[in-house]
Amino acid sequence: MSFLTVSHLSHAFGGLRAVVDFNLELSPGELVAIIGPNGAGKTTIFNLITGVYRPSEGEIIFRERSLVGLQPPRIVGAGIARTFQTIRLFRELSVLDNVRIAWYGRTRYRLPEALLRLPAFTKEEARIRERSLELLEIFGLAPFAETPSRNLPYGQQRRLEIARALATQPALLLLDEPAAGMNPAEIGQLMDLIQRIRREFDVTILLIEHQMRVVMGIAERIKVLDFGQTIAEGTPTEIQHNPRVIEAYLGEEAV
Amino acid sequence: MAAFWRRWWLVLLLVAVFPLTILLPSSGVINPYLNLVLKYIGINIMLTVSLNLVNGYMGEFSVGHAGFMAIGAYTAAILTVWVFPAGSGAWLFPLALLAGGLAAGVAGLGIAVPSFRTRGDYLAIVTLAFNMIVKSVLENVDAIGGPRGFMGMDKLTSLAWVYVSVILTLYLARNFVFSRFGRGVLSLREDEIAAGLVGVNTRQIKVQTFVLSAALAGVAGGLFAHELQFINPRSFTILKSTDMLLMVYLGGIGSLGGSILGATIFTVVLEGLRTVMQQLGISQEWRLVVAPLLLVLLMIYRPRGIMGLREFRLFVPPEDRARR
Repeated sequence: MSFLTVSHLSHAFGGLRAVVDFNLELSPGELVAIIGPNGAGKTTIFNLITGVYRPSEGEIIFRERSLVGLQPPRIVGAGIARTFQTIRLFRELSVLDNVRIAWYGRTRYRLPEALLRLPAFTKEEARIRERSLELLEIFGLAPFAETPSRNLPYGQQRRLEIARALATQPALLLLDEPAAGMNPAEIGQLMDLIQRIRREFDVTILLIEHQMRVVMGIAERIKVLDFGQTIAEGTPTEIQHNPRVIEAYLGEEAV
Repeated sequence: MAAFWRRWWLVLLLVAVFPLTILLPSSGVINPYLNLVLKYIGINIMLTVSLNLVNGYMGEFSVGHAGFMAIGAYTAAILTVWVFPAGSGAWLFPLALLAGGLAAGVAGLGIAVPSFRTRGDYLAIVTLAFNMIVKSVLENVDAIGGPRGFMGMDKLTSLAWVYVSVILTLYLARNFVFSRFGRGVLSLREDEIAAGLVGVNTRQIKVQTFVLSAALAGVAGGLFAHELQFINPRSFTILKSTDMLLMVYLGGIGSLGGSILGATIFTVVLEGLRTVMQQLGISQEWRLVVAPLLLVLLMIYRPRGIMGLREFRLFVPPEDRARR
């Protein structure tokens, strides 16, 4: 059984073909990276998988269920979570609330129960609070639980985004350039964190990243995109020696 | 023992004050004019909380909440005057208020479902049109008085009823805000796309919030109708909606404490202005200029209001209070 199968996925913005015939097969527990120059269509693929855009063509099957045409909240409910290239936290809300919101889709109490604070509400809220604080603990963010998220330092905002994504209890986690803007020390910590998440949360990870240190260090398989097309696929070592990849990254002259 | 007081003092205080809302006006300690102003403050608090849910917490922009107020007012008034048996008024009054809220809620549903299919400024345009439609419809239905208005209500809105309604409104609104729904609404305000991508059903929550808001405005409308004992379509124009907007943006968006402040300050200042203008011999018509002008100034210089996105500790449920 396949975990995630993306087949013949294409998407165009007007005349611009952002993604062309993209195919991806993921097995449970894998860590796969998508790399490519700016504008290669990487983030568009994430947006297609998570329902932000509806693909012009192609099929996305996740755990034997088609995701095409589903609204983002439904896709989150199916077990896919993501982070963003540019941080999109709820800036005015506390660190704790940022994580608590991610429980929204799996919370069972209804509006009347919340309005009257019935036991169904109180019990579930207590559990959500406890689990969110545990998660913050793991990410070293517990001391800032009451702080508005905009006041966190940059690196911790990135981590909070990952925590928020994990709070939806995904089976597949999409990380969009998690190392962007980080210094070498922070990047090292991030790599450890990603490995730890894989082990402890039992998630499959699809990663977009420009930092070659991250990609070559933790990805098991790499797909290389250029102008929406897949130009190479393989293990980190294979990719490093692939002439088409070197050409896409460094230009023809260098080859 | 200390824990007992910490948990219950507010409830006990509110219960203890209740008899005063009956005794003080009837014994004359609160004179009729002060009584009236207090009732207006209460009704305005309800309206402000109602609008704040949509414009403050959710960050959408409704400009026609007077329409929902009108629906609540007419529904409640028609019930107490025509439907309920004469003399039973005081006992069935809460039922009339609830019916007014329900009718306004249904109207809210009718507005919310189509408006929230798309993002953007649609809600402002749709609610503006809605406000005008409600007024025109009321003016053209002769059975309920047309432009002459509807009357015959008993003075059922006592300070005690206003007191109870305001407390219930604040209680329900607080519970809403400090639940997954409130957090969902706030996340929408911050970043709608990210909200959807962490599992918040954005469309559903917008509709729920709007309906709740409309229903609260409807109940406030019922109280308003039985205070004035005379309502006409001109009581519920865009000017009334502007007053509500002003109270929200004055007190503070996304804040219950702010809603109370905004409604109180606005009501007291406007009443004060009435006296001052009389003394100076200025036409009362000028008061109509004050509210919109203040609104413009506020939106430019202090768009979040006094309490913008902050809350008094009192309104935060104990388990959600920041530990110190």
